Amino acid sequence: MTGFHLAQVNIGRIVAPIDGPELAGFVAELPAINKLADESPGFVWRMVDDDGADATALRPDGADDLLLVNCSVWESVEALRDYVYRSDHLRVLSRRREWFTRMTEAHQALWWVPVGHRPTVAEAMERVALLREHGSGPRAFTFRDPHPAPTA
Amino acid sequence: MTDPQDDPEHAEDAEDEALTALGALGDPVRRRLYRFAAAAPDAVGRDAAAEAAGISRSLAAFHLDRLVEAGLLETVFRRLSGRSGPGAGRPAKLYRRAGREHTLSLPPRAYDTAGRLLAEAVERAGLDRELQAVARERGAEQATGDPVGTLRAHGYEPFRDQGEQGKAGEAGGEEVVRLRNCPFHALAEEFPALVCGMNLALVKGLVEGCDGWSAEMSPGPGRCCVALRRL
Repeated sequence: MTGFHLAQVNIGRIVAPIDGPELAGFVAELPAINKLADESPGFVWRMVDDDGADATALRPDGADDLLLVNCSVWESVEALRDYVYRSDHLRVLSRRREWFTRMTEAHQALWWVPVGHRPTVAEAMERVALLREHGSGPRAFTFRDPHPAPTA
Repeated sequence: MTDPQDDPEHAEDAEDEALTALGALGDPVRRRLYRFAAAAPDAVGRDAAAEAAGISRSLAAFHLDRLVEAGLLETVFRRLSGRSGPGAGRPAKLYRRAGREHTLSLPPRAYDTAGRLLAEAVERAGLDRELQAVARERGAEQATGDPVGTLRAHGYEPFRDQGEQGKAGEAGGEEVVRLRNCPFHALAEEFPALVCGMNLALVKGLVEGCDGWSAEMSPGPGRCCVALRRL
């Protein structure tokens, strides 16, 4: 066990307001898919808004009412990968274009945090910016190019 | 992303490996053994393989080990009876298909490279739904009304999930077919959302018009993420 956990952020621009009919399918999937995350091996924490159920009320960019953020902490890259790509989450993920517009720039980032640390929206957005600016590196990386946890 | 085909020496090594592997299948007895082991839902023992191929146990053992040397099968050791502890006997040597992929095309063709480039372009362009629509259409064109046969013909290696059927049987006789092979494995690892979404749509098309069967995403370790269900 290292003294680090893996943090993940994912931002996405929804095709229409979160409470509209276009997003109803997505909103309906959320409770089950979040519950699945909470119960997945290696899950540590996920960011929620004031309602406490999910993060759909958070807006990482005050000027963009359609930009959602999703941030969580896991014990390892593999634990997160198993949830994202090898669980029922994959079914929802494969419908992403029904609800989210494509992004030309990096929209997700992974980084290591000390055990117990809970990232803030600002910190998460900073990691996305790092990835956009410098590409994948130890401070912000991708599933395709994972970096090992710090040893110290 | 490195492509072995970018490096001529590497490409020749890979070709030699594929030729060695395929050469081992030149013998019809070995081919029977390989197909039996590859199609089995779990690793197989020498006795079962010998019986399936209609040969003696010792001959089967010889050929199975040649297939392991060629990199087509791999071995696992396990006690078959479920016994454990002292007196349970030595674990049996079991065989299952190796995970390594062998591709050989003469003359050389690089459809895998084309597949990766196309996948990346489709992903960048955000054309998931367009891809799913094409997959569904093309799948439906090839539907035969026999879901298991159709999926077998397309390389999915379908099998009935008895365990789950047993459980569901009590609840109302649900049938489940899982797919042991993902025909798009490497691409699916690289572009999971895109390729698994495409694959689900393709399978939905392939089983269209099959009485009561529906395809759904049901990922599990070491198999295709799509399963079929009939209530």
